[in-house]
Amino acid sequence: MPRDQGLMSWKELAPGMYILEPGNSAKFKTGDWRSHRPVLDKEKCIKCGQCYLLCPEPAYEENEEGYFICNLNYCKGCGICANICPKGAITMVLEEA
Amino acid sequence: MRPELANFKGLNIKELPKEDWLAPGHRACQGCGTVLPLKLALKVLGPNTIAVSSTGCMEIISSPFPYTSWKIPWIHVAFENAATVASGIETAIKALKRKGKLPKKEKINVVVFAGDGATFDIGLQFVSGALERGHNFIYICLDNEAYMNTGVQRSGGTPFMAHTTTSPAGKVIHGNITWKKNLPGIISAHNIPYFATASPGFYMDYMNKVKKASLVEGPAFIHVYSPCPTGWGTKSEDTIKLSKLVVETRIFPLFEVIDGKYYILNRKVDKPKPVEEYLKLQRRFRHLKPEEIALIQNRVNEEYERLVKLCEVFAPPKE
Amino acid sequence: MGKRVAKEVSIAVADAVAQCKVDVISAYPITPQTHIVEHLADLVNNGELDAEYIPVESEHAAMSACIGAAATGARTFTSTSSQGLLFMYEVLPIASALRLPIVMVVANRAISAPISIWNDHSDVMTMRDHGWIQTFAENGQEAVDLIYHAYRVAERAMLPVAVNLDGFIVTHVVEPIEMLDQELVDRYIPPLKMKYKLDPKKPITMGAIGVPEIYTEAKKAQDEALKASYKIIVQAWRDFEKLSGRRYNPVEIYRMEDAEVALVIMGSLAETAMNAVDKLREQGKKVGLVRIRLWRPFPTQDFLKALGKVKAICVFDRAVSHGASGGPVGIEVRSVLYQSNKRPKVLNIIGGLGGRDVTVEDFEEIFDRTFGFIKAKPRFAYEIYGAKE
Repeated sequence: MPRDQGLMSWKELAPGMYILEPGNSAKFKTGDWRSHRPVLDKEKCIKCGQCYLLCPEPAYEENEEGYFICNLNYCKGCGICANICPKGAITMVLEEA
Repeated sequence: MRPELANFKGLNIKELPKEDWLAPGHRACQGCGTVLPLKLALKVLGPNTIAVSSTGCMEIISSPFPYTSWKIPWIHVAFENAATVASGIETAIKALKRKGKLPKKEKINVVVFAGDGATFDIGLQFVSGALERGHNFIYICLDNEAYMNTGVQRSGGTPFMAHTTTSPAGKVIHGNITWKKNLPGIISAHNIPYFATASPGFYMDYMNKVKKASLVEGPAFIHVYSPCPTGWGTKSEDTIKLSKLVVETRIFPLFEVIDGKYYILNRKVDKPKPVEEYLKLQRRFRHLKPEEIALIQNRVNEEYERLVKLCEVFAPPKE
Repeated sequence: MGKRVAKEVSIAVADAVAQCKVDVISAYPITPQTHIVEHLADLVNNGELDAEYIPVESEHAAMSACIGAAATGARTFTSTSSQGLLFMYEVLPIASALRLPIVMVVANRAISAPISIWNDHSDVMTMRDHGWIQTFAENGQEAVDLIYHAYRVAERAMLPVAVNLDGFIVTHVVEPIEMLDQELVDRYIPPLKMKYKLDPKKPITMGAIGVPEIYTEAKKAQDEALKASYKIIVQAWRDFEKLSGRRYNPVEIYRMEDAEVALVIMGSLAETAMNAVDKLREQGKKVGLVRIRLWRPFPTQDFLKALGKVKAICVFDRAVSHGASGGPVGIEVRSVLYQSNKRPKVLNIIGGLGGRDVTVEDFEEIFDRTFGFIKAKPRFAYEIYGAKE
């Protein structure tokens, strides 16, 4: 059994164990938490941006066309976006195994 | 009334800043209604902000070493003292600006994110002191109505009859036997420049309130209703639905108090939905008997009527 | 050199803090520290000190506000005693683990129960383990000098410093004190520059979760920093000597050259004990005094060297460590001796509790007893001295 190892040498730690790289949690992909993912019907979408605003992660990003696309690296499949879309343009679809 | 508030033109959804100052990859539960208002507040406040978190869900999900979701400077010290740590930060900025060690013109927002446990209970002394001393900071209480991070134990913010792990719906005692502490009353009594309640279901109202809070000199306090699917036993996709219902049933009215003097009801609910519609979506209220629901309905009506009267009597003067 | 003036020590200490150009003072009153924070308020409100004064609503808030202010890059100060120190207990280890250069004066006072406003060391002994640098002053001049020293050390080691003064006995007496000239203070304590702080231009996260995979490393890093601070502390005293002519050491000795028996003590009672040493020396008895000035990090090498070739020592504690095998300093000394080749007999006496006076005669008697223990083994691991049977 491997013994418990530290993540890094104590000498490499910033004093006070500060984290010096802001927002580096983006390296941690929470996408594998979900069991459902959102699917966008662009025909229905009016680009209101509520899905992007109300996503807790946030996992939505605006593309060049002005559509808000879900970044599946982070989407936890909560379904808020599908629930609040005023045009019903988003459906939650079961992830295949 | 304060000119910065009287002359405030609301933010347009299209005018909202594009960037977010909370990075994804944080460990909040699916559908977390607590991290959502946190993210939205940071969007409004922008990068010239220093944030303080109390111990709690928001601190835990955002800072598991070596990862941090904070793209702005952030400090976490302990459970009860976020308001005081913020007081220290705000005072240091004041002193350093006066001594020329920080540029005087640069505005730095100091914002606290604390849960209901940290605010209503263990931190009440610290909140009161910071508000009484008049520090220029924003306190955002993300109220998910229990000590969620430690496993859903009841707090002073837990509503009547809710099931929590320390106020369980048992055979003899049927849930939390006390009513939610009147935090708006306590905070308003400090006569701070700006107090508001908010709900992520009315997100433009909320974000405008965060903006207003950042414009006043002195303490501003926003009490935000924050659904917790894990702790309340609600569906993760219902977070916004609940956040709207809680206002539409009059349970959590949206209002502002300016300088402890003027009361403004932001959303008059003339045709309220019955509280049962809100309660039945949540497993923490599943055990409620009809007479308990009636008690809640009565109390909600009473408190709403009282608030309406307060807003009539203490309306801000017509400019 | 500066001029010697008669000042109440609390006032002099506050004046020294002001001279150090502190930015933020966060203060909550408690006997016997009150004169320090009151005088600081006077200086601020009269425009003589350009600092922000936060009249916090509790001691816990006092330390919490210092943490916030120090994290933002401000020079901070607070002071407390007894129950106040206990109330800020929760955040004391956070201040040191977050590596913040806060300076605090502890006006040593007994802790409850029973409630006591009088002097002993039981308050500061509760914070032995919390990673703060801790020094002890015996009189007013030392108190003032240790303040200057505290800021220099705190800001170089990036660790908080607690300066201990005996409540009432040191804080409330008027003594002749030489304040350092302002120009020398400015040279000794340059403006605070922090490499890491809360600054929107360089965002960092302070106070992240210490997951099991990193907690050990974090503690080791902190521990090494405290150990490394010893060099900074000693160098800072050497630098101070150049400016003031006054020399301070981690452990001070008095008439130890040929001592057979020594008393180990901290704080103002050392001065009373010195009188006993002089009296006994006149009688031809070879006694000496070892005064610990630097309590944390404990200066093991200096201490062992100071002991010389004594055959027996009495460690005089001013706090009880209930359930332990000795008083706090007694346990520390015995543990340090066990690792060394020196094996004097150790008598551990706990006295001067809750403001109980310890006289020259008492110390003479204690020295006599220590002589007795050169041949015999002490009957008890420690003794609470002077308790009426």
